[in-house]
Amino acid sequence: MSILALRGGRLWNADEGPAERGGTPADGPVDVLVADGVIAAVGPELGDHDADVTVDCSGAVVAPGLVDLHTHLRQPGREEAETIESGSRAAALGGYTAVLAMPNTTPAIDSAEVVREVLELGRSALCAVHTSGAITAGRAGETLAPLAEMAALGVTLFTDDGDGVQDDALMRRALEYAGGLGVVLAQHCEVKSLSRGTCMHEGDVSTRLGLPGQPAEAEELMVMRDIALCRLTRTPVHFLHLSTARSVQLVREAKAEGLPVTAEAAPHHFTLTHEACAGYDPTFKVHPPLRTAADVVAVKAGLGEGTIDAIATDHAPHTPDSKELPFDQAPPGMLGLEYALALALTELDLSLPRIVELLSIRPAAIARMADQGRPVAVGEPANLCVIDPAAMWTIDDTGGASRSRNVPYVGRKVRGRVRHTVCAGELTVLGGEAQG
Amino acid sequence: MADLLDVAALGRSGVEELHRLTDRMVEVCHRPIPKSPALRGRTVVSCFFEDSTRTRLSFEAAARRLSADVMGFSAGASSMSKGESVRDTVQTIDAMRVDAYVVRHRSAGVPHQISAWTDAAVINAGDGQHGHPTQALLDTYTLTRHLHGTPATGAGPAPGLDGVRVVMVGDIRHSRVARSNIDAMVALGADVTLAAPATLLPPTIEAFPVSATDDLDAALATADVCYVLRIQRERMAEALVPTMREYTATFGLTARRLGLLGERAAIMHPGPMVRGLEIAPQAADDPRSLITAQVANGVPTRMAVLFWALMEAPDAVAAPGESGGEFRIETETETENTDDTEETPT
Repeated sequence: MSILALRGGRLWNADEGPAERGGTPADGPVDVLVADGVIAAVGPELGDHDADVTVDCSGAVVAPGLVDLHTHLRQPGREEAETIESGSRAAALGGYTAVLAMPNTTPAIDSAEVVREVLELGRSALCAVHTSGAITAGRAGETLAPLAEMAALGVTLFTDDGDGVQDDALMRRALEYAGGLGVVLAQHCEVKSLSRGTCMHEGDVSTRLGLPGQPAEAEELMVMRDIALCRLTRTPVHFLHLSTARSVQLVREAKAEGLPVTAEAAPHHFTLTHEACAGYDPTFKVHPPLRTAADVVAVKAGLGEGTIDAIATDHAPHTPDSKELPFDQAPPGMLGLEYALALALTELDLSLPRIVELLSIRPAAIARMADQGRPVAVGEPANLCVIDPAAMWTIDDTGGASRSRNVPYVGRKVRGRVRHTVCAGELTVLGGEAQG
Repeated sequence: MADLLDVAALGRSGVEELHRLTDRMVEVCHRPIPKSPALRGRTVVSCFFEDSTRTRLSFEAAARRLSADVMGFSAGASSMSKGESVRDTVQTIDAMRVDAYVVRHRSAGVPHQISAWTDAAVINAGDGQHGHPTQALLDTYTLTRHLHGTPATGAGPAPGLDGVRVVMVGDIRHSRVARSNIDAMVALGADVTLAAPATLLPPTIEAFPVSATDDLDAALATADVCYVLRIQRERMAEALVPTMREYTATFGLTARRLGLLGERAAIMHPGPMVRGLEIAPQAADDPRSLITAQVANGVPTRMAVLFWALMEAPDAVAAPGESGGEFRIETETETENTDDTEETPT
């Protein structure tokens, strides 16, 4: 039995009571011993315990591994931009121990066959690879995909991400059908008839740039509709990458009403505004688009108060070639896996435990990942990340481990860095370097 | 080297500087031999990813009158139609050592992107719905000289458009000409009012220091200038205007509205016109129309822009063996006779 010792770190929730810590007693530096993929011991100065590998965690925080609800791994079909191998490596470096792959691949992840392929490729990855499934066949928005067949393989979240399900009746049927499966339907909220042909947020910047913009209402109308359909069907709805102030308010009201809705926000929607598009650099093109400063404030407030449950990266790799196209023709999306934690620690005025909830605990619960987002306590699965919360670094343009380099944060100074990541008991990142 | 990507970056002084240079280019164009050696040895490439015969011919004529070498392509004939990227096209052309790119593209921002990929000067000849700076420069040149005449050489600050009331009517939302002209006219002090149905106004009009009206009749009564923009028939399919007849009735510069316009007011249109739709034939041919002058000022304006874009670092462009190395806008004949005494434009 191989033993891994994480030596001298502080637990992420050390300031809370023992009950919240899952029974772990100490609030000072502790050692965490991992054996057979499970946390075997947690406590101060546990000694050597014949550890096979000992890693230094002094000055760092030991937290549950991060969970990304929204990752574009691009495989199958767009391997030049990302693969499950490269994407999972970026995830591990970002502190993630699990990602949820989005289904807008080629072919779309809309059948048991493609789900099996993605899960199989994920077995050798540097993090747990879960996959979502498409709501409609081919993500075409016309007929239901075989949801039960995919749910039987462990798919817990369905979405046509990249597009919203436009047809009201079809979305209603999908929710009714999914209700019996114990899964959640997630929506990319964008009313196509309002957004077709647009490439950024509609406002003073798009007007000056002469770029066709989509109004915030293109998102908000679908949030509104899906809240109504959630009320009608009582099936859980998860709102992907909310970007406008009114969307946040709509979800706030739906939650107050007791509806089973959850929501996520992407790092770029709380760190960047549409002003970033002023130089016509398609790196800043994303769907939903970067919005106004007031929207950024609202998204931050939503994250702070819990209206928005989770930070999800919407990590969307695109090759340099495709991001050199004219702004209106370039594909939307930006990288996120290696930056989300630092951006959250730097830009959100929230405690580290709150940020761990947003990046790990809540997303694991939404996607029903039973072995993720768990307490750092004896008997729990060893999915962990070790964070240097004070480490300052500058984001560069290399794209990290991704095959792409569409990074919108180049030159930004951020705080907080992943030192080690442990996935299913194995070190996937050691001292900031991916292992294997 | 200087880029001309949009008018806003020029500011009032930049626009006025280009107008003063245009005065000199007009003078060159009126010489018996309308040609200057100013850009001899320089290569200008016209990259028309979107076809535009008028603008391309105007730029190429301007470059040739300044003795630049000219090469270029249009969308249909280029390797873009074989799937080559803009960046690869630029790298290929850069390898031929060119000094200036004149870029037309159907997508906004392409000149900005190209400027990041080359050290040569980049001149925006129209990008999507964003900008068409040389059109705005020639329009404001035409207007200021119409109002104030051509200032004497060495005269004080160039006359601007302070207090001039411009009514811009038509499809402003989709118009790069409108965006650049708003910037140029406002920079020169004009008071700009946009007249169009809300569907053809920019969605966020607050982005510009202008006002808007849907009462063209009232606006014309106090206008010094009526600037008419083209309306395209596809706007009906997009439900932006119900019918062309209704558009003409509400926002066309009709024969009736011509009577509302003051005697000294000016009528402008960037072309190509659809007579009878946005502008009545009587209006286009009215004595108050500056449309012919606009066309005539196209080449001198583009000469001024090319000269301005390439004169930034005169030392760097001194041909070997040539004295000085400063730009000249004398004619060929004069240059040979007065090699050491030519004046240098400022």
